[in-house]
Order: sequence, then structure tokens, then C-alpha cells
Amino acid sequence: MSTIQPVAGQDEQHPDVALVERVRAGDVAAYDTLVRKYERQIFRIAQHITQNREDAEDVMQDAFLKAYEKLDQFQGNSKFYTWLVRIAVNESLMRLRKRRTGKLVSMDEDVQTDEGSVPRDFADWAPNPEQNYTQAELAEILRKTIQGLPQGFRVVFVLRDVEGLSTEETAETLGLSVPAVKSRLLRARLQLRERLTRYFGRKTPTIAPAAAAPNGDGAEA
Amino acid sequence: MTCTEFLKILDDVIDESIAVETRTEIELHLRKCGHCEVVLNTTRKTIEIFRRHEIYEVPTEVSERLHSAIMEKCKKAK
Repeated sequence: MSTIQPVAGQDEQHPDVALVERVRAGDVAAYDTLVRKYERQIFRIAQHITQNREDAEDVMQDAFLKAYEKLDQFQGNSKFYTWLVRIAVNESLMRLRKRRTGKLVSMDEDVQTDEGSVPRDFADWAPNPEQNYTQAELAEILRKTIQGLPQGFRVVFVLRDVEGLSTEETAETLGLSVPAVKSRLLRARLQLRERLTRYFGRKTPTIAPAAAAPNGDGAEA
Repeated sequence: MTCTEFLKILDDVIDESIAVETRTEIELHLRKCGHCEVVLNTTRKTIEIFRRHEIYEVPTEVSERLHSAIMEKCKKAK
């Protein structure tokens, strides 16, 4: 009987690993499965970075093609999804550089600002504030809100909070340190909260004129 | 615990990676500070809303077109 027991879960193989192996062995259909599994996420990430639909479509195609061509270089010590996201982030940044020729594009853009790092609006939200808007209105509010964030904050928030990468995976994907990811995530969350409060915050009751002058007289002196 | 101290660990509170001994301090602070309680709750809701709602919807036909294009390129690549 073995004396060393494997840690629970450690030996469980991620389903992507088997798919990657099949692709490496020449099974293109297995790659079809991987593309279907992650295409929406990759599109969303590309759209968040490039802020342009056409670019996002190109990035998505290029990222999957590049991942396919470079699959032999995939080490398997990170998740296939994280590896794919890293390719998509790089492709997105390259696309941005092309658009803004000569202008530096990096993950550090505009992150020096302290705007929004201290909460100012303390109005509580209604229990289900989304219900006051149609799906289309809500999507517009969320788009406008997140587009207003500096790029370096936006990407961290999207990867960590929307797409569910861990702090460590986000750091690895973006080439940032873990403390840098944490600091950007906090500021991104606080800035988004502050902006959404403008839409979802309960209005603080104002003192009605009748209440200010209970007898109703004397106001028209 | 002050508001500034609470704000510093807000992310850890949200991500539930707080040491047991700090939890009591946080609970005490939240009980007496309505502002921090609102910030905590609305930041949680902010994350939830962005998670729940698809803001860049891809129509099925676009998704299918892109998918076919990717697979076509991959088949040619090898």
C-alpha cells in the first residue's frame, strides 16, 4: 500500500487537457470543442480591450488560430483557458497599437490616477435596481460605466471578476505582480460602484416645501 | 478599525479571504458604520451585475460565421 496519498483533486485532470492531447494527435474536431467552449469569453475580453467590434472579431479569430499553431508550446502547467486568454490579451493590445500608430499602448495606461479610489457616494441601492431598466438600457449603462475605466483597471476587473480568473492567473496573464492586480482590482471595483450608484442609488429624500413650512403660510410674503 | 483600514481590506472581505480573527473587528466596524456597510454591499452588487449581464452580445449568425472561419483557418494551418 502506498504511503503517500495524493492531495484530493490534485490528480484530477482538467477536461481541457484531454482535448488538447487529442488536438496534438491531429484531431481537429477536438479543437472545435475547445473553440466552442471559450469563443464567447475570448470575444468579450477582446471587445473590452479594443472597444471595437471589428477588432474583437479579428482578435478572436487570430487568437484561436495562434493557439492552434502554437499548441506544441503549451506547457500544461497553466490552464489551457488562461494560456488562451494571454494570447487574446496580447493580440488585443497589438490591435490597439495598430489603430493608434505611434501611441504607446500598455497595461499601465492611466493607472496613476487616484480618481474614485475613495468612495464619495453612500446612497444605498434598491434591492433589485436592474428591474427599473430594460435589458437594452441596462447593457448600455454597464457598457458606458466600464468603458469609462482606465484600460489597466478595466482589463483586471474583466479577467478577475467577470471571467473568473484567480488573482494569480490574472497577474500571470497580464504580466503584472499580484499586489498590482489587487490594487487595480480594488480601484476598479470602487470606481464602477461609484458610477453605478448614479443609476441605482436610492435618491435621498429632499425636504418637501410643505414640510419646511408646515402651516403653508408665510411662503409668499 | 477605521474606515480607511476597512477600505484597504475591502477586496479580501468581498473575496472572503479574511482571517477569522479579523472578522469580528470587521463585523463591529460595519455595525457602527453605515457608510462602509453600503460600500461593501453595493460593491458586491456591482460585481454581481457585471457577472450576470452579457454586455457584448454576439448574434448567433456572427458567432457561427466566426467559428467556421476559425476552424477553416485551423484546417489549412496543418
